[in-house]
Amino acid sequence: MKFLAARRRSPLAAVAMLLIALIGIGAGYAVIANARPAEAAAVASSETQVEQGKRLYLEGCSSCHGMQSQGTSQGPTLVGVGAASVDFQVSSGRMPMAMPGAQAVARDPAQYTDEQIAAMAAYVASLAPGPAIPTEEDVNFENADAAQGGVLFRTNCSQCHQAAGQGGALTQGKYAPSLMQVEPKEIYEAMITGPQSMPVFSNATIPTKDKQAIIKYIDTLQTLPDPGGLALGRLGPVPETVFLWTAVFAALIGVAIWIGIKAR
Amino acid sequence: MTATSPVEQVGGGVATYVDQRVGSNKFLARNLGKVFPDHWSFMLGEIALYSFIVVLLTGTFLTLFFKPSMVEVLYDGSYVPLKGIKMSQAYASTLDISFDVRGGLLLRQMHHWAALIFIAAMSVHMFRVFFTGAFRKPREFNWIIGVVLVTLGLGAGFSGYSLPDDLLSGTGLQIARGIMQSIPVIGTWMAFLLFDGEFPGTEFISRLYAVHILLIPGLILAMVTIHLMLVWTQKHTQFPGPGRTNDNVVGYPLLPVYMAKAGGFFFVVFGVIALIGGLVTINPIWIFGPFMPDQVSAGSQPDWYIGWLDGALRTMPNWESTLFGFTISWNIFVPAVIIPGIIFTALALYPFLEAWVTGDKKEHHLLDRPRNAPTRTGIGVMALSFYLLLWIGGGNDIIALTFGMSINSITWFLRIALFVVPPIMFVVTRRICLGLQRRDRDKLLHGYESGRILRLPHGEFIEVHQPINAKELAVITGKTDIAPLALPPATDADGVRNKHFHVKKLRAKLSGFFYSENVALPTAAEIEEGQHHAAHDAAIEAPLHAYEDADQINRAHGGVLHHPGMPETNAEQLANDGGHL
Repeated sequence: MKFLAARRRSPLAAVAMLLIALIGIGAGYAVIANARPAEAAAVASSETQVEQGKRLYLEGCSSCHGMQSQGTSQGPTLVGVGAASVDFQVSSGRMPMAMPGAQAVARDPAQYTDEQIAAMAAYVASLAPGPAIPTEEDVNFENADAAQGGVLFRTNCSQCHQAAGQGGALTQGKYAPSLMQVEPKEIYEAMITGPQSMPVFSNATIPTKDKQAIIKYIDTLQTLPDPGGLALGRLGPVPETVFLWTAVFAALIGVAIWIGIKAR
Repeated sequence: MTATSPVEQVGGGVATYVDQRVGSNKFLARNLGKVFPDHWSFMLGEIALYSFIVVLLTGTFLTLFFKPSMVEVLYDGSYVPLKGIKMSQAYASTLDISFDVRGGLLLRQMHHWAALIFIAAMSVHMFRVFFTGAFRKPREFNWIIGVVLVTLGLGAGFSGYSLPDDLLSGTGLQIARGIMQSIPVIGTWMAFLLFDGEFPGTEFISRLYAVHILLIPGLILAMVTIHLMLVWTQKHTQFPGPGRTNDNVVGYPLLPVYMAKAGGFFFVVFGVIALIGGLVTINPIWIFGPFMPDQVSAGSQPDWYIGWLDGALRTMPNWESTLFGFTISWNIFVPAVIIPGIIFTALALYPFLEAWVTGDKKEHHLLDRPRNAPTRTGIGVMALSFYLLLWIGGGNDIIALTFGMSINSITWFLRIALFVVPPIMFVVTRRICLGLQRRDRDKLLHGYESGRILRLPHGEFIEVHQPINAKELAVITGKTDIAPLALPPATDADGVRNKHFHVKKLRAKLSGFFYSENVALPTAAEIEEGQHHAAHDAAIEAPLHAYEDADQINRAHGGVLHHPGMPETNAEQLANDGGHL
């Protein structure tokens, strides 16, 4: 103790105490925060999936979507949005929303486990009929035609998501996200539920077969090599301009200056 | 005849043989020794010329495989994600060039990159000519030819961008047609005439092809020839420097120095283009897909040189009015027709406007340093900032997406900034130039600040100023001071009203705006006195040169440069040095 006693009046003592306190609180919070899902899972075993979903909904969603899912000034009603919508929004990490903004931002990892998401989806689906979560068969794009999917993609998707699926800006800070990391199920759900600013592409507009073709085309874009070399984000002329006026002109003018210097 | 080497014998033999038939020796003797001045910025035009040569070479290759036809075909090439899709033959043949012609993608990318570099180098070259006043008499016509070349470059670039008939080029053409249609009275007729009917029609690509590969390159070649011939006969301008006057050209002869330099630089430019053509994707048309009028992609942008026009379109508020039952689309007509019209007209006429304002009728072969023409430099930077803001407007969606901003905020920022920023840039640039002029004058009078702080024996600190070297002296004194025009009298001696008084008054005022704040060079007497002063500083410093060995400095001694055995007071020093400080 002599070691500490001798240093308690050091100017660094206060800083050290503060650090220890902050680390302690942070570690404690992490332990408590991680303990919650386990606790929830333990309770879940003694209730039905819909009941569990309702409980999770009341805990995590009702402050914005209302106690009866009727919607509030903070969030839309969830009556009739269907299981697919819940699955899309929650498993992509968009919901629960961290803070109000131009639009919900995808987060990785999702805030709930798969089981909890399924429960909430079941609860919302029990309120009114809506699009169901697509089956494995729905999203199986093995036999789809990528070229046809490309035509459909450019007709229906590229005006917001850009022809290469890199995403695009919408009004007032909203945006169509990049499709380079999305899963087939996510794409399918987005099409049938129309999240955020996206329109709904129901099976009457784009039949399942065509949806599979679009998914196949997006999958093609995700894995497409760049035969021309460095792709510059596949964002078209703007990054090309930046590259031209920085790297290329630095090189050319650098050589010009070098030739000029050599003459002296 | 004295003994000569075999090389000289053969070379001389060939020269004589050719000379006897075409009379070339006299011409070569006169021209191969032609002297060119040296400065890196004089090579910007060369970059443009060389990249144009690359464009011509690669373009010729592409014509062998490109089919400028709107005939619909089913794609059956090796790019799988488009297999079996209906597309125009133009697009299909561009895909074939990219995927099925050996080296096709490399040459297509080189062609596109070289085209971007061509227009960029022309623009930078134009900035250099503008900011150094190289457009002044007698080079006004060459300036206009330069402006025509840039305009042709834009036409060449845009027509090339539109040929592959991919989603981007079709979108660009749709906008171009919209711009045509916004021109009152003739717009609609013009669009129908050029496109042979409704958009996109089946004729436009083949028409554009003739423009792209024949008409515009032919005009560019002709203009480049005249441009270079004028440079040749008028001789190149030079920056002020030792021995350089308005009546001579100081530099190196064409042969061998410039042949080697220019030839070498050609291969460097070619090499850079080949390198990026092979390593960096440009315009991946296979990703954009074939153009269909019902399709469009987010982030559809033109190439960089049209970006500012796209930015003007994107920034303009949505104003329309109806006149005699016809809609006038100010929202398109103003940003896409009127603004570029004003900009290119002002650009072409600038040498004449400046000459009129300043009343400067002299020939200029010595360049202005940008600081010595503060108003011109200010105007240039003002125009550049306007251009750059429009450029940002052209990429507003990509900027919004990349930096998580609101596209509406960017647009509103630009709507205000386009009117606020350029004037600020003008004032700031002009003040910086005037400040640099004062600094030049100060350097002439008091020498440059050597960075050596001396403490004199009686405790005073001084910074040692040293006279500037001969080269810098020549650079600074190489400027010509031009007096602003005097205000004209309203009436002459007999009381007769001065004709065009108001025009002359305006001109005198503008001339005053141009020149009145310029800092004049000091007179010879002032410089003499200043040099004397600097020499005095140097004399004070002289005895302390012994301290140059840093190890010897006794730093504990109050930080004063001091050393045992050296004089500590002026009196002591005077005694040591026999009465000289």
